[in-house]
Amino acid sequence: MEQFGKFLLFLGQLFVRRENFTTYVRLTVDECIKVGYNSLFIVSIVSVFMGAVTTIQTAFNLVSPLIPAPVISLVVRDMTILELSPTIIAIIYAGKVGSNIAGELGTMRITEQIDALEVMGINATSYLVLPKIVASILMYPMLVSISGFLTIFGGYVTSLVTGVMTGTDYVIGIRMEFFEFNIYFALIKAFVFAFLIASISAFKGYFTSGGALEVGQSSTAAVVSSCIGVLLADYLLAQLLLG
Amino acid sequence: MIEIQRVSKSFGDNDVIQDISATFEKGKTNLIIGSSGTGKSVLLKCIVGLLKPDSGDVLYDGREFTHADKELQTDIRREMGMLFQGSALFDSMTVEQNVMFPLNILTKMKLPEKLERVNFCLERVGLQNVNKLMPSEISGGMKKRVGIARSIVNKPNYLFCDEPNSGLDPQTSILIDELIKEITLEYDITTVVVTHDMNSVIEIGDKVIFLYKGKKLWEGSNKNITDSNVKELNDFVFANRMMREFK
Repeated sequence: MEQFGKFLLFLGQLFVRRENFTTYVRLTVDECIKVGYNSLFIVSIVSVFMGAVTTIQTAFNLVSPLIPAPVISLVVRDMTILELSPTIIAIIYAGKVGSNIAGELGTMRITEQIDALEVMGINATSYLVLPKIVASILMYPMLVSISGFLTIFGGYVTSLVTGVMTGTDYVIGIRMEFFEFNIYFALIKAFVFAFLIASISAFKGYFTSGGALEVGQSSTAAVVSSCIGVLLADYLLAQLLLG
Repeated sequence: MIEIQRVSKSFGDNDVIQDISATFEKGKTNLIIGSSGTGKSVLLKCIVGLLKPDSGDVLYDGREFTHADKELQTDIRREMGMLFQGSALFDSMTVEQNVMFPLNILTKMKLPEKLERVNFCLERVGLQNVNKLMPSEISGGMKKRVGIARSIVNKPNYLFCDEPNSGLDPQTSILIDELIKEITLEYDITTVVVTHDMNSVIEIGDKVIFLYKGKKLWEGSNKNITDSNVKELNDFVFANRMMREFK
């Protein structure tokens, strides 16, 4: 509870004694490149393979002649939109971006760079952390959207290559009984997960003390805590919005 | 002028600094000396506001700092420059960007003006043709100089240096000491230096306070430090052979 209270106070510090708006715009654009563009490769690779494996495994489990082939891609589509793209990619994102944020801030802390900002009269929390959180909230939903597309595309290519179903059946399944709300649900999850990963990782990194060993520990703690936060939020959002 | 009034700071049961009062005058190089672990850096952090003292206050030209509201604290901090022990240069920025950083954040100067000021400060600390280098590409002594350039770029009224000579060879240490002294006189600022380097004490200690186990045991200047009859200070001052022979 003490850590949670400290976390809330930390978040409160983001919005006091801010610098001018253009400073934040420049920093946020830089962070968008770091957290978004630089994550594109790993997100793409994971998504394509996730789609491929999900298609093969779903086809393997739905072997009854009573189940039409398009159901396979329907299942792949709903799994992708509801869970795989927002949540599994969030775990990858926590590992890549979360550990990077914690490591960067932790190193800045132990090398007195954060103290240097404070002595200059700059609110280091706001200056360093706010752009990271805003960039994460802007970029992660885009990554989830790209991931969703690539996962479904990966499934389509796999269905053609392996012959588990025809391309036509796959496309029919993709279009079958589509609920628009699922997209909104995925994007809501993406916004929440992006905030949790960036803020928890920043919190862990910002309060690092000691040396290189502690920076490593902060990075690990950031990933673990972010993943737990994401999974808890995943359950709560599913219960609230779909339950 | 900076006045410290009965400042104390503890971490748990450990009383790191106890009831310290001192006055640091404008245009002078004021030194806080003492052995490792005596609370010098903690006192400096209390003075600049990186740590909040448990009791006591710090006044900047009569303005109460420690218990002031955040806005006044920010205003006072924007009159400070600080050289950190490890230089604390921003890794992701070039030397030029590091020195320009306070100008970007705290002023509305145009880029040519900022570049002119940055080049002036870098030349002032004896650095040329290093603008585009990253901190990882320069030596420890150069990092300290860049740190000094960054701390004076915004024309501060107060300059703080935490162990400016740590990790430097004797010649570079002397250059850094001379630079601090010159800048103090040139800009007529209040400079506070934390050190345990006796050479710095002799060279630049206009005013010296000696800390021992978190308490101020002695106050004076480099002129009379060798005449003290405080045993702990004498043990500190004459710890090395050269100083004993000098005595």
